[in-house]
Amino acid sequence: MFKIVEKKDWHPTICEMWVEAPRVARKHRPGQFVIIRIHEKGERIPLTVVDKKPEEGLIRIIFQKVGKTTWELGTFKPGDYIADVVGPLGQPTHIEKFGTVVGVGGGVGIAPLYPILKGMKEAGNRLITILGARSKDLLILEDEVRAISEEVIVTTDDGSYGKKGLVTDALKELIESGEKIDQVVAIGPGIMMKFVVKTLEPYKIPCIVSLNAMMLDGTGMCGVCRITVGDEVKFVCVDGPEFDGYKVNFDELMSRLTVYREEEQQALERFKNAHPEIFAGVE
Amino acid sequence: MAEKKKGLNLNRVDMPRQDPKERIKNFNEVALGYTEEMAVAEAERCLLCKKPLCVQGCPAEVKIPEFIALIRERKFIEAARKIKETNALPAVCGRVCPQEEQCEEMCVLNKKGAPIAIGRLERFVADYEAKMGAVEKPEIAPKSGKKVAVIGSGPGGLTVAADCAIMGHEVVVFEALHKPGGVLVYGIPEFRLPKVIVEREVEYIKSLGVKFECDVVVGRTVTIDDLMEKEGFDAVFIGVGAGAPIFMGIPGETLKGVYSANEFLTRNNLMKAYLFPEYDTPIKVGKKVAVVGGGNVAMDAVRTALRLGAEEAHIVYRRTRKEMPARAEEIENAEEEGVIFNFLINPVEIIGDENGWVKGLKCIRMELGEPDESGRRRPVPIPGSEFIMDVDTVIMAIGTRANPVIQRTTPDLEVNKWGYIVADEETCKTSKKGVFAGGDIIRGAATVILAVGDGKKAARAIDHYLRTGEW
Ligand SMILES: Cc1cc2nc3c(=O)[nH]c(=O)nc-3n(C[C@H](O)[C@H](O)[C@H](O)COP(=O)(O)OP(=O)(O)OC[C@H]3O[C@@H](n4cnc5c(N)ncnc54)[C@H](O)[C@@H]3O)c2cc1C
Ligand code: SF4
Ligand code: FES
Repeated sequence: MFKIVEKKDWHPTICEMWVEAPRVARKHRPGQFVIIRIHEKGERIPLTVVDKKPEEGLIRIIFQKVGKTTWELGTFKPGDYIADVVGPLGQPTHIEKFGTVVGVGGGVGIAPLYPILKGMKEAGNRLITILGARSKDLLILEDEVRAISEEVIVTTDDGSYGKKGLVTDALKELIESGEKIDQVVAIGPGIMMKFVVKTLEPYKIPCIVSLNAMMLDGTGMCGVCRITVGDEVKFVCVDGPEFDGYKVNFDELMSRLTVYREEEQQALERFKNAHPEIFAGVE
Repeated sequence: MAEKKKGLNLNRVDMPRQDPKERIKNFNEVALGYTEEMAVAEAERCLLCKKPLCVQGCPAEVKIPEFIALIRERKFIEAARKIKETNALPAVCGRVCPQEEQCEEMCVLNKKGAPIAIGRLERFVADYEAKMGAVEKPEIAPKSGKKVAVIGSGPGGLTVAADCAIMGHEVVVFEALHKPGGVLVYGIPEFRLPKVIVEREVEYIKSLGVKFECDVVVGRTVTIDDLMEKEGFDAVFIGVGAGAPIFMGIPGETLKGVYSANEFLTRNNLMKAYLFPEYDTPIKVGKKVAVVGGGNVAMDAVRTALRLGAEEAHIVYRRTRKEMPARAEEIENAEEEGVIFNFLINPVEIIGDENGWVKGLKCIRMELGEPDESGRRRPVPIPGSEFIMDVDTVIMAIGTRANPVIQRTTPDLEVNKWGYIVADEETCKTSKKGVFAGGDIIRGAATVILAVGDGKKAARAIDHYLRTGEW
């Protein structure tokens, strides 16, 4: 049992928690994640460890409420317990001094991006960060990212904040402004990462992506997280979650994420009907 | 002996089972077990051989004639305890051991085609003992002051944990998943091994003072060196199984509708997806399912698919029925339940539709050639014989291999070319001082009873090491 000690709502659909998980806090390195199961009947889902306080045994998680599990977790309060938190899982990010690193984060993809950028900063890299969100109120971690980046460019789909448009527009502009970029780290929806790589391709700028594959055990035991990278099939939970963006088959990644779409809808509807109060006033 | 003179009784007592038509609609246990009368009648058939061959067939050297003699005297609880002297998990082994290749194969009556149903008797007495609430806590040796870490809670780890606790050591079991039991909880389905039986064993081991810490992936959450250097463990047993799934490497394996057997079974058994949406984990089974493989794992997957509502459930196996490694009883059960067996074919490609879902399995026909290293005749493809099976779900049950997570973080642990940990056969000692290993991680996917046997040996060797310091 893993106690929630602090909770913050970034938005009615985006939630942050600090959770007691001393073993994970001690071992975690940027890029790694945990698998959680919220209660005895729960499913196992992966969440990035955004930050940690090893001395206090705490880890920080941020999640968007999309399916039944994340909505239900959103109802948990400080003092409540998450049944299982296991990790840290996956390979840590390969961090070195590249020179200028551009971070590109979309939506809650900013959560896994932040600890990697922090690591990059600590390794002496110069950071420029592009953050994208659908609208201003869905933008997370802006202040923390600003604190470590030399420059931050924000884009929103609806133009409610920063530049109106997509992260790829901002990225293209940045490249064309003559900025010398040594490494890009892009994390967000599959479609965003796919187009970030497409944008970078003509300039041959290397790009790391972190994949949000479906997972079950998270330890290399089931293979549900498999994805074609180059000409090999990799398990995201043990070989990743980060890969060379140029080699990832993003269409396959996106397709595989839809396997249980109907069941996910069904579970969410059932939960909504049982707990309409949780959803009151949320689109 | 009086019975002998009466001549041989070759009427093996049948074990009642759920009707196939009914049982494919539920996940309850198929086999219902003997009644007292059936058990005694079956035990009466035993010749109580002076030199019992059956015992030679049992990797755990269960005292078979002795426990059967006790059944005859209706001393069922004593019989269970007799088995437990060498096998900590009789209720499990009675259900899942491949008896027809072990004790029952060796039984003299097997020559007449009617070996004593040793497995059925074993499960009967174990269940009887539990039902009567007569499970006895053995005497625990005085505290040794030594700490043992057991990594992995499959049958191997559970056995080491129980025995080391009885020997007076402090034991903590570290398990990666959220529930202890290893393959017994995530792999073998409820209809073959009810989870309450595994829970019962785990509770018993807890009652011996063993602590379980789940959600710990050794190699990630903590390393073996951390355990020994920072957490004060004096010895470590690695029983992590051979849990990494193997895919065939054919085109189409990342399509939607393709599962590893591990994923399919874990969703259903550990996560209880058959109770979705009451439980949160979903599972999808199409109308026509092909399971590739011929072992226990394949049988478990195909029978699970039927129970989840598949209209057609196929086994696709590249050899013939004779070579199938699954337990004979489960092959029979699968046949009765309507599983369709396709022999001498092998998949070459999985075909997808425009949305990325499986719509067919392209196979090639095989014939049996010369025997290979395993002594089984090697299947060879017949050129030009490809055809497409009309299926929408494909489950790969062609085996598993070692997961490298522990070895990667414990460089001084010797592994062989397949990634299995090298351990001494008699003591389960590895190349690293104080570290022992057993079960599937030292020999590749094998059996529950071999893991239990390793656990017994390892516990003895650990005890010796902890008391003498000799390595
Ligand atoms: C579907 C299926 C059906 C089977 N049917 C039969 C049968 O009928 N009869 C039979 O005799 N055998 C059967 N087997 C084989 C048998 O289950 C195994 O041989 C046996 O369970 C091996 O035991 P073990 O103790 O080595 O480990 P396992 O049972 O494999 O357990 C290992 C445990 O270690 C945990 N673990 C792994 N890595 C780590 C880590 N890094 N840190 C912490 N924990 C870790 C795993 O989560 C798991 O719980 C079957 C296997 C499967 C998959
Ligand atoms: S443990 Fe297995 S092999 Fe040994 S007697 Fe029991 S059923 Fe037979
Ligand atoms: S989540 Fe099971 S192997 Fe990656």
